[in-house]
Amino acid sequence: MMYEIRDLRLSFPDMTQKPLLGPAPRIEVLKGLSFDLPKGAVLGIVGGSGSGKSTLGRAMLRLLEPSAGSITFDGTDITHMQEAQLRGMRQRFQMIFQDPMSSLNPRRKVGGIIAGPLKLHGLDGLQARVDEALDMVGLPRSFAQRYPHELSGGQRQRVGIARAIALRPAFILADEIVSGLDVSSQAQVLNLLGELVRELGLTLAFVSHDLSVIRRLCDRVLVLHQGVIVEEGETAALFEAPQEAYTRALLEAIPLPDPDQPWE
Amino acid sequence: MRDARGDVKRPIGLRLWLSGGWLTLLVLSAVFAPLIAPKDPLMQDLFLGRMPPFWMEGSEPGYFLGTDSLGRDVLSRMLYGARLALIVALVAGTITCVIGATLGLIAGYYRGWPDRIISRFVDIWMAFPPVLFAILLIAVLGPGLMSIIIAIVVIDWTRFARVVRAEAMSQGAMDYVASAQVAGRTRFGTMLTEILPNVLPTIVALLTLEMGIAVIVEAILSFVNLSISTDSPTWGGMISEGRTSVHQAWWVLVFPLITLFLTVLSFSQLGEGLKDRFDPVLR
Repeated sequence: MMYEIRDLRLSFPDMTQKPLLGPAPRIEVLKGLSFDLPKGAVLGIVGGSGSGKSTLGRAMLRLLEPSAGSITFDGTDITHMQEAQLRGMRQRFQMIFQDPMSSLNPRRKVGGIIAGPLKLHGLDGLQARVDEALDMVGLPRSFAQRYPHELSGGQRQRVGIARAIALRPAFILADEIVSGLDVSSQAQVLNLLGELVRELGLTLAFVSHDLSVIRRLCDRVLVLHQGVIVEEGETAALFEAPQEAYTRALLEAIPLPDPDQPWE
Repeated sequence: MRDARGDVKRPIGLRLWLSGGWLTLLVLSAVFAPLIAPKDPLMQDLFLGRMPPFWMEGSEPGYFLGTDSLGRDVLSRMLYGARLALIVALVAGTITCVIGATLGLIAGYYRGWPDRIISRFVDIWMAFPPVLFAILLIAVLGPGLMSIIIAIVVIDWTRFARVVRAEAMSQGAMDYVASAQVAGRTRFGTMLTEILPNVLPTIVALLTLEMGIAVIVEAILSFVNLSISTDSPTWGGMISEGRTSVHQAWWVLVFPLITLFLTVLSFSQLGEGLKDRFDPVLR
């Protein structure tokens, strides 16, 4: 198993309700989630705004520390692991961010952005690795000399993907990575990601609010609503026969590209 | 979507050249003051008091910008005054910048208790009236170049701390900081290699502004006779001496005043120009 997650709970202090003295009350964002993510699987995590899907993703990468429960990554319990220990493992789980403008340091050239994490993990042959990563995401090698603001949205997101795969991780979290792109760039980035997952044998968790995107890419789906797993299953089965009312509501929200069908 | 800021052509060149040119001229005259000054700046000649500049009637050859009431050459005093002004600007500005920016960076990036301590400290510090604070400080330390520098640093570090803190905070919320953590960079490493380069243009702009302010503070302190001993020529001292005889010898006041004005303006314009230069989007 890539990930075994048991009764995962995560809460934040609610500063708006903080009394003058004493600690702030806590809001529970994840309310006891349990699921397994097998190696090589592509899991879609779907839910509305505020469902806790991004929080779950960031907890899986231990950017956030859970308040209870456990996260086991590839046999190692990382639930409360110290950052210093995690640092050595971070090469193995990577992330692609939602907004590629904000996630690429504007003062670094693309080559430096991709090479930075490689240097941190002491990998050699930086130039070759950067070139290879750019090749894999379909960007010309000359882009290594460009700044992020000189690229289009789709190209920037490819740089984000290149940075993640250059480390040769076992697992990648993709957090709403196409929601800021136009439809044609979306399709290209999704196709690219799908190919890379197959080629590199990656395990992928794909966080999105868009079911039609999930359907194209994922073989399993996790439906999240208000911090609870509402439904989990094979993509095909879930789309054919959703068991829960919330899942049905989400499915019905997908716009259909059929001109004869009235749009309610 | 491309960043359209790159398409905007802004006339940053002229601003940078004019301010840089004036400051270069000033640095050169400060360094070579003994060589180019026509007279000894301290030499008094009571028979040649209040001589007007060269284009006016009654001017004395050799005294291009006239003399003050004690018969000292205004031009020579201004050239030597540039030395003090620049030393104060560079040393006080740099120390202020390093202390303030470091504290601001730590407060803005680490948040939590370091921020609470530093921010409270800044708030309390800023409640003191600055000029009074400086006068008090120099009264305790005794007048002199070191005291002026210390006074400027002690008063003005809060300016850097506040601005850099706010900037570091907004940069810290960007995803590239989270991505540095994902890549396994340490907190401290992230602060130095990711946040600092993005805050640097702000720091540079503030630094040059601070150098201008340091020149002004030195002038203010000369004005209340708390600067360096009245013998050594400073612009502020000249302005304060010239003020008393402005009706008889305006040149003693006006020339140092113009120099001061141009210098402070150049420092702030240099900062703005450099800030634009530093921005890869605007470059």
